[in-house]
Amino acid sequence: MTTAVTLPQLLRRNAETMPDRPALREKDLGIWQPYSWSRYWEEVRDLALGLAAAGFGAGDKLSVIGENRPRLYFAQLAAMSLGGIAVPVYQDAIATELAYVLDHAEISVVVAENQEQVDKILALKERLPHLRLVVYDDPRGLLTYADPILKSFEGVQGAGREFGAAHPGYVETAVEAAGADDLCLFSYTSGTTSRPKGVMLAHANLLIPAEAFAASEGIKGSDEHVAYLPMAWVGNSLFSLALHLRIGFTCNFPEKPETLRRDLREIGPTMALAPPRLWENALTEIMVRAADATRLKRGVFDFFRVVAERAQARLAEGRPVPFGTRLLRALGEVFLYGPVRDQLGLRRARIVYTGGAPLGADTFRFFRAIGINLKQVYGATELSGLCSVQPDREVDPDTVGLMLQGMEVRIEDTGEVLVRSAGVFKGYYKQPDASAEAVTEDGWLRTGDAGFVDRRGHLVIVDRARDVGKLSDGSALAPQFVENKLKFSPYIGEAVVFGDARPFVAAIIAIDAATVGNWAERHNLPYTSFQDLSARPEVRELVGDEIRKCNNGLPPATRIRRFLVLNKEFDADDDEITRTRKIRRRFVAEKYAVIVDAFYDGAPDVEVSAEITYEDGRKAALRSRLSIGDVDDPTPPTAVRARRAAPAPVAAE
Amino acid sequence: MALGATKGSAETPDGVLLAAAAVSKRFGGVRAVEEVSITVRRGGITSIIGPNGAGKTSLLNMISGFYRPDGGTITFEGADITDKRPAQIAALGIARTFQNIALFGGMTVLDNIMLGRHVRMKSGVLSSFIYWGLAQKEEVAHRARVEELIDFLELQDLRKELTSALPYGLRKRVELGRALALEPKLLLLDEPMGGMNQEEKEDIARYVLDVNEQWGTTIILIEHDMAVVMDISERVAVLDRGRKIAEGTPAEVQCDPHVIHAYLGGHHEEEWAA
Repeated sequence: MTTAVTLPQLLRRNAETMPDRPALREKDLGIWQPYSWSRYWEEVRDLALGLAAAGFGAGDKLSVIGENRPRLYFAQLAAMSLGGIAVPVYQDAIATELAYVLDHAEISVVVAENQEQVDKILALKERLPHLRLVVYDDPRGLLTYADPILKSFEGVQGAGREFGAAHPGYVETAVEAAGADDLCLFSYTSGTTSRPKGVMLAHANLLIPAEAFAASEGIKGSDEHVAYLPMAWVGNSLFSLALHLRIGFTCNFPEKPETLRRDLREIGPTMALAPPRLWENALTEIMVRAADATRLKRGVFDFFRVVAERAQARLAEGRPVPFGTRLLRALGEVFLYGPVRDQLGLRRARIVYTGGAPLGADTFRFFRAIGINLKQVYGATELSGLCSVQPDREVDPDTVGLMLQGMEVRIEDTGEVLVRSAGVFKGYYKQPDASAEAVTEDGWLRTGDAGFVDRRGHLVIVDRARDVGKLSDGSALAPQFVENKLKFSPYIGEAVVFGDARPFVAAIIAIDAATVGNWAERHNLPYTSFQDLSARPEVRELVGDEIRKCNNGLPPATRIRRFLVLNKEFDADDDEITRTRKIRRRFVAEKYAVIVDAFYDGAPDVEVSAEITYEDGRKAALRSRLSIGDVDDPTPPTAVRARRAAPAPVAAE
Repeated sequence: MALGATKGSAETPDGVLLAAAAVSKRFGGVRAVEEVSITVRRGGITSIIGPNGAGKTSLLNMISGFYRPDGGTITFEGADITDKRPAQIAALGIARTFQNIALFGGMTVLDNIMLGRHVRMKSGVLSSFIYWGLAQKEEVAHRARVEELIDFLELQDLRKELTSALPYGLRKRVELGRALALEPKLLLLDEPMGGMNQEEKEDIARYVLDVNEQWGTTIILIEHDMAVVMDISERVAVLDRGRKIAEGTPAEVQCDPHVIHAYLGGHHEEEWAA
C-alpha cells in the first residue's frame, strides 16, 4: 500500500498495522465493548459493499443522523470508501431545516440511529426526490414498518457480504483509487445569518490540519478521547474521524447523553474538546453545588478557589508565586482541585480545548486555576475545523493562540481576519457566488471575524466583524465581549447586548432556569413556570445586581444601563440561536425590536409577543408585558480606571 | 395488529394462552367478580376497562394467584391454574405490575430488576454466597439479561440510583422492568399509566407496544385512559359491577350501548361516539 492520504486508506492501514488495538469503545449493556481496528475496517467494508449492492457509488451522498455512535462512523467511512460523500446532520434539527439540508445535498442514503430519526426521515420522504435507502441502527419499534426503502444495518451488511463474495476486492480497489483532493464530507454550517450552507471538504482539508494539530499538541496513540459532540459539528469530524484515523488513539462512546458525566469518569479521557456552553454549564453546576453545601464546605471551597485564582493570576503575568500561596495551593489540590477534576471526569486529562465560540474569561480562568489545562482553539467550518491553538506555556483568556504549522493569518484593513491553510474548503455546495465571496483569489479565507495579532504573534478575536459597533459617542463596543462577561454569572443563561449607534449599552437577559430556580427555592420565592419566574421583581433585582458586578469589570462607556429579563429561553427552534448555541444577533434584534426601542425611549415596560416553535414545528404566541430594569452607575465615568485594556483595538485603530 | 401469532412456541390449537371460565369472587356480601369469562389470545394485547369498583383488579388478582376464585376455573396454556399459589404462577410465566407501586425503595434500580430474575435462579444460598463456578456464571447471565432490559427501558443513567429517590413515572418504568425480568409469557399491567401526564403515558404505551412486538409477550392491561386503550389494544373487555358487559375489538366496544350506559349512565350516546 502506498502512503495513506484519504480517511478510508488510513483506516485500512491501521487495520493492518495494529489489527487488535482498540479503535473504538462503546458502552453498551453496561459494559465498555471494544472494536479493534481490524473489526472497524470490516464493519466499514461490509456496509460499503451493501451500499454498493444498492447502487451507491462515487459522488453519491450519504447522510447520518443521530447521537454519536460507532455505526454512524462506519456509515460515513463506507460512503467515503466508495468515493461518496458523508453529510452528517444535527439530530435535533426540526423538520423544515432537515428537509432543506437533505434535499439541498441530494442525499440518496440516510443512516439513522433509531425509530425517532427514521420517523422524521420517512415523514419527509415526498420532499426528498433523491432518497433511495434509509438504514437504521437500532431496530426497536421498527419491526412492523413496511416501507420498502427501510433496511436494517445488519441487513445491508449481510447483503454486502454476498455482493463481496461475487465481487472480490471491490471496496479495496475503490479505496486505493481515491486521492487526497477528492471530496469526502459536506459539513452544513449552522448559519448565524442565513440558510445552512454546505461546506465541501476533501480528505486533505481534514487530514493536514489534523496532522499539524497533533504535531503541535503531542497527541499520540495511547490517548483516550470521548466522542459525544453533535455529529454534524466540524470539530467532531476533525477529532473523531480525521485525528482519530491519523493518530490511532481510542475513541470512546458514552452509553447515552445522560450518562456522559459518569462515563467520562470511567474512561478518564486524556484529551477533550468542548464548546464554551459545556464549560459554562459545568461551572454553573459547581457553583450551585457549592452554594448548597454546608457552611464549612462552602468556606473551604471559596477559600481555595481564591488561592487558586490568585496563584493563576501571578503565573499568567509571569511573576513567581510566593511560597505560602504555593503551600496553600498544594493543600487545595488535596481538598478541592483534585476532587473537582475527578468529578468532571478530567483527572487524567492532559489537554482540553474550548472552541467554536468565545468562552468568558472568568470561566476560562476558573478551570485553569483548578489545574485543568484548558486552551482556546480557533477555527471555522470553512477551515475544516482548526487553524490555531494556544501553546501550553502561553495560555490566556484573550487570545486564540498561534497559527498551526503551515497556516497563515492576515488582518484586512477592515479588521477582518483572513486565513490561508490546507484546511481551506473547496467551496459551498451549489453556491459558487457565496464561495467566491468567502475565499480571495489567492486562497485566503474571509473568516468574518474581527481581530488582530498581538506582540507574541497570538491571534486575538474580538467579535464577528460586522457586530463590532460604536456607541453614539464614538466608543467601540464588542457585544460578544460584554455578553461573555454577563454569562459568567451563574444566574444568567444567555445575554444579547445592544448599543451600536445608540447612546448607551442595554441587554436582553435570559435567566438560567436551574440556578435561578434553585435561588428562588432558597429564598422561599414560589413560582410556577419559567415565564412566571422570569417576571418576578425579585429576579429582576437579582439580575440587576449581577449586571452591576459585571459592570465593574467593564470600561465605563460600555457599561450596561438598562436591561430586560426575557420571559423565555433563547431557543434554536425559534431561530434565536444556532444549534451550536451562537446567538443570531441580527435576528434577535429584529424579533425584539420593540424591546430595543423601549430601551432607548426610556419606557418603564414593554408589551412583548414572542413566537414559540414547538418541537413538532407548531407555533404559538406568548404575549406579556415585561418591565425594564435600570442600572444606575454609582461611579462617575472619569473616576474609574480601566483595569485592563478592553478588546477595543480594532475599532479604535 | 398483525403480530404475535407466529411468535409463541407451544401453540394451543385455538391460539388461546389464558382462559378464565365463569370465575367469581365474593368478599363477604360483596360480589366483586361474578361469573366472568374471558379468553386471551397468545401474542395479543387485551385491555380490561370499567368504572371504579368494577372488579378489574380482583380479576387480575385471581389470574396471578393472589385471590382464590370462589367459582370457575382459570387455565393457562391448557393447564388448570385455579388453585396455584402466586409463586407457582410466576414460575409458569405470568408476571404483573401493581396499581400502587411495589418496589424496594432502599434498593437500586438494578437490584430491583435483578429481583425479577429470582424465580429463574437455580443456585442455592451457599453457592451463591461463595460466588464461584456455576453460581457466578448464572449471576453473570442474569445480569446480562437485566442489562438488556435496562437498555430497553432506557434506564442506563439510573442503574445505581435508589428507587425511592426516583419520580413516580420512572418508578413505574422500573416496576415494568422487574416484571419483564421474569421473561413472562403473559404480562399483567394494573394501571401502568395511572397518575401520569400525557407525555409519560405515551412513553409507557410505546414500551408496552415494543414489549409486545419485540418478544411477542401477551399482555393484559387495566387502564382508565380510553384514548390509550383504544389505540393499542387488540381486544377490550368491559366490566361493570363485577360482570362482563361487553367484549370485542375497540371499535365494537365503543359502539356497545351497555358500555355507553355503564360509563355515562344514560343518554349520552352521541358524546361517546364523538
